[in-house]
Amino acid sequence: MPTINEIVSEEIRAQARKLLEEGTVAAVIGYAAGTLPMTVRPLVVRSPEDCSKLIWNTFCVLNLANYLPATLKSVEPPRGPRDPKPEGPLPKVAICATGCWSRNIVVQTQEHQVDRDRVVVMGVGSRGMVSRRKVEAIFSGKEILKVEEGDHELIVQGADFSETINRWSVVRDNCQTCTHPDPVLVDVRIGEPVSERKPPNPFIQVEKIEQKTVDARWAWFTEEFSTCIRCYACRNACPLCYCPTCFVDDAKPQWVGKSLDAVDTGLFHVLRAYHCAGRCTDCGTCETVCPMGINMRMLTKKLNKDVLNLYGIEAGMQPDAPLPLTTYAMDDPQKFMANEVAPVPSMAPATLGHRGPVPGSVKEGK
Amino acid sequence: MTEQSTNWEPKIIAFLCNWCSYAGADLAGVSRFQYPSNIRIVRVPCSGRVSENMILSALKSGADGILVSGCHPGDCHYISGNYFARRRFALLSNLLDFIGVEPGRVNFSWVSASEGEQFAEVVQGVTEKVKALGSASRLVKKIDALETELQVA
Repeated sequence: MPTINEIVSEEIRAQARKLLEEGTVAAVIGYAAGTLPMTVRPLVVRSPEDCSKLIWNTFCVLNLANYLPATLKSVEPPRGPRDPKPEGPLPKVAICATGCWSRNIVVQTQEHQVDRDRVVVMGVGSRGMVSRRKVEAIFSGKEILKVEEGDHELIVQGADFSETINRWSVVRDNCQTCTHPDPVLVDVRIGEPVSERKPPNPFIQVEKIEQKTVDARWAWFTEEFSTCIRCYACRNACPLCYCPTCFVDDAKPQWVGKSLDAVDTGLFHVLRAYHCAGRCTDCGTCETVCPMGINMRMLTKKLNKDVLNLYGIEAGMQPDAPLPLTTYAMDDPQKFMANEVAPVPSMAPATLGHRGPVPGSVKEGK
Repeated sequence: MTEQSTNWEPKIIAFLCNWCSYAGADLAGVSRFQYPSNIRIVRVPCSGRVSENMILSALKSGADGILVSGCHPGDCHYISGNYFARRRFALLSNLLDFIGVEPGRVNFSWVSASEGEQFAEVVQGVTEKVKALGSASRLVKKIDALETELQVA
């Protein structure tokens, strides 16, 4: 009997072939098998014959939304930077997306990086992706040559061993606390929808750190990020990081030094996480691609928690609402202010400097 | 950032918005309200102009404390700059607290152009807080240490 993921793979191949043959899309973004056990490669398929290369398994950890803007650009007819947009609709691109990646596509649409009309989302309900690092940790010192996948177990094989382990026990941390495994955008449904998950506390990993004292938190921070080698894999794998010039590459002013100094690496991670505030969907790709195994996801998860608690927004869940940091409310919490006093006076005194409108006259949000 | 001597005085970088807090500081001066001389004022067009880069780079360069001050909500010269800033500062101050930067290093306040006395009070309060914390060591890049290392190597 085929496993769930084998059925999904077959459906992805069939749908991709159909979309390409019909000419609905010019390219399909999915995965091909990797060369090592437990790896996959992102793949852009442009012809129906190549659709047989597409696969889906429990190791699909790279966020495909990261490749969407560039793929959309690549299928457009070539033109210079100042040439006008060609007339008529531009070619479309299909992309396999789980819950978090589809939310990334929503954010990309909100930020005008992606034209929603040109994207065909092949929605796959996520069952949680397995962390290669966790599996390797179980078999530390042994070389894993092959991993076969059942619905709820993994059969890990090496030269002289073959063991069956529980799949959920090695699922990535972010998938274990995921609340929205099913895509929010679905144009073509692949497989069965997955219901919303209700983990007892999605922020439990963050709260463990929050409960520490200030000094212990600082110790955690310096320890956690001390091994960073500044390869920027976390930045490059992130679908939110598309600035033409990243703040780390700015030379004048140089916000963050380029050295391996602990302060420079720390600042890089703080700023990188902060730039994802209100946009991060906790897809866990940054953590997965880190060659040093740094849990930088804790910073973005902390920001996700604050954005949810303070402003009631989860990135990518409301396609029509503005992003949390591009809007405001008159009564946003401001407990952090040094001189937080009584509520805002109802009438601003008419003195020098009070040139703003009277509170209450400003329209909320944009 | 050497050892703390008895007459150590903190350096506090204050990002003040041109329309309210900077004018407030001016009023405090004109009205002869005394406040500690530990602050170094950077005049910015609006509190919304103050980015996380500026705050962290001041810390990195050895500021012992940061004060960001803008118009009261509703009073922004640019109508809504301080509302946007408020959201960003709330997240930044929580994130800095999360990674273990002492609460009180980075401060935010609203001071209007007519609040000279309040400005003096805010500066007084922030200076006392930072003095109690001592000189900053977290997120401060120690260039001296780097130079010694280079000389040794």
